[in-house]
Amino acid sequence: MKNISRRKLITSGLAATAGIAGLAAASRVARRYGLIPPDHGGIYGAGETLTYAAQRLLTRHSLAREFPRSMISKTPFANETAPPNDAFKRHQAVGFSDWRLAVDGMVANPASFSLSDLRSLPVHGQITEVVCEEGWSYIAEWIGTPLAGVLSAVGLLPQARYIVYFSIEPNWWESIDMADALHPQTFLTLGMNDGDLPVSFGGPLRMRVPRQLGYKSVKYITRIVATDSLKSFGKGLGSASPESGYAWYAGI
Amino acid sequence: MDGRRENGRVPIFLDSFLPGLCYPPSVSTASPVHSSVIIRHSAIVRVTHWVTVVCFFALLITGAEIVVSHPRFYWGEVGNVLTRPLFTLPIPSSRDTVPTGYGYVMPDRNGWSRYLHFEAAWVLVLTGLVYAIAGLFTGHFLRNLLPVRGDRNWAAFRRVFAKSFRRAPPNQLESRSYNPVQRTAYLLVIFVLFPLVIWTGLALSPAFDSAVPLAVAALGGRQSARTLHFFISWLLVFFLVVHVAMIFLAGFWSRVQAMVTGRVVVSPEGK
Repeated sequence: MKNISRRKLITSGLAATAGIAGLAAASRVARRYGLIPPDHGGIYGAGETLTYAAQRLLTRHSLAREFPRSMISKTPFANETAPPNDAFKRHQAVGFSDWRLAVDGMVANPASFSLSDLRSLPVHGQITEVVCEEGWSYIAEWIGTPLAGVLSAVGLLPQARYIVYFSIEPNWWESIDMADALHPQTFLTLGMNDGDLPVSFGGPLRMRVPRQLGYKSVKYITRIVATDSLKSFGKGLGSASPESGYAWYAGI
Repeated sequence: MDGRRENGRVPIFLDSFLPGLCYPPSVSTASPVHSSVIIRHSAIVRVTHWVTVVCFFALLITGAEIVVSHPRFYWGEVGNVLTRPLFTLPIPSSRDTVPTGYGYVMPDRNGWSRYLHFEAAWVLVLTGLVYAIAGLFTGHFLRNLLPVRGDRNWAAFRRVFAKSFRRAPPNQLESRSYNPVQRTAYLLVIFVLFPLVIWTGLALSPAFDSAVPLAVAALGGRQSARTLHFFISWLLVFFLVVHVAMIFLAGFWSRVQAMVTGRVVVSPEGK
């Protein structure tokens, strides 16, 4: 028994020290490289942080899968949204000609874009899958201008760490980190399947984040804010989703 | 008595994995007419077993909650309420967008279910890694789980089944070691079903698929991956049911005690 306790003592002592040192180092590295999600608190925070950190390390530059034109879904499903509010109906009545996208926060030149301003920026198409957290999915061609181009047009400041985006519908907002904000497939989407973007699919302007689940692709975008901290937005959990119990990071 | 060899079998007790947590190989040398206490499960096996139990139930319950939000299954890349399903579960849904015909919408539990599903998956995967690495280092898999040389045939399997159909109590040997059917079942669960359920689960992550597109392509698309994830989960549940039934057959408290304390009391008649 005596022999065992000495060896046990040394081994567990070393293991505990290594463990604590490892955790401390890991948390410093995680903070340094932005691997901690805003909803890292609470009983699910540890799992959420592991998921976000692991996926961010694995997917910083990876591209969402694109599909051949023949795989575009004949029956895309438009998830239900709340009935449009009065502000949206006024825009709809005039064919969205007055729709504006305000871009401010940590940018050198805050600006407001009309839909035709956005169309005059480089417009691309991508055939990607919309994946809902419930389990269903469809493939469509999404036509729009990369968010990265809009951000560089307004002079995004280097200290910005998140892009927060708001729908015209109240309490509908999300945010993404710079890896997704500057990602070439993150689009301000204006069209779908060679036509205008239907209202049910988020027209006239939808944020499309194809490497994350559908709920990050907020419909009816009117405002974008660049920020270095999410603390002052809502309850400080990063977006409206964690406030209603859903993870901020939706890459899984 | 040399506990290591009996009827040409390989070791009948499980060594402890970690030197620091080691128990002496205390197979009793008492005369065989008395009961003896043997070390059955190492500390690593016991701890990882119970952590896995907790994680598995968390994953099962939250997985069921997530399925309820869309109780329809498809094959291929895409599927939604406007496409023809492979099959649907005869249950109401937690979303009113799913036509179930029940006219009743269940409460939505996807938020915390998804958080807990992934957190439990992390704990399970990390626990599995500790178990697998320790098992390789200590020879646990080769010694305790790989069917012994003479048992790698159907006759050995038939003997086990015949015995359990007679509902014969386990003999002394079986109280100390796993029979060939058990060994095969455990190896299948550890090295086939768990890797498959992790793979099919990861394939449902759009970000993971962007980094490793083959993960989902090799399964025939994301809806195929989802359907396979569902069926493999059922295979794991099937294993769990049989596993627990066999524990009742072998003597519930004796076996649970063995997996908690590591020790099992072996009487000469078995048990």
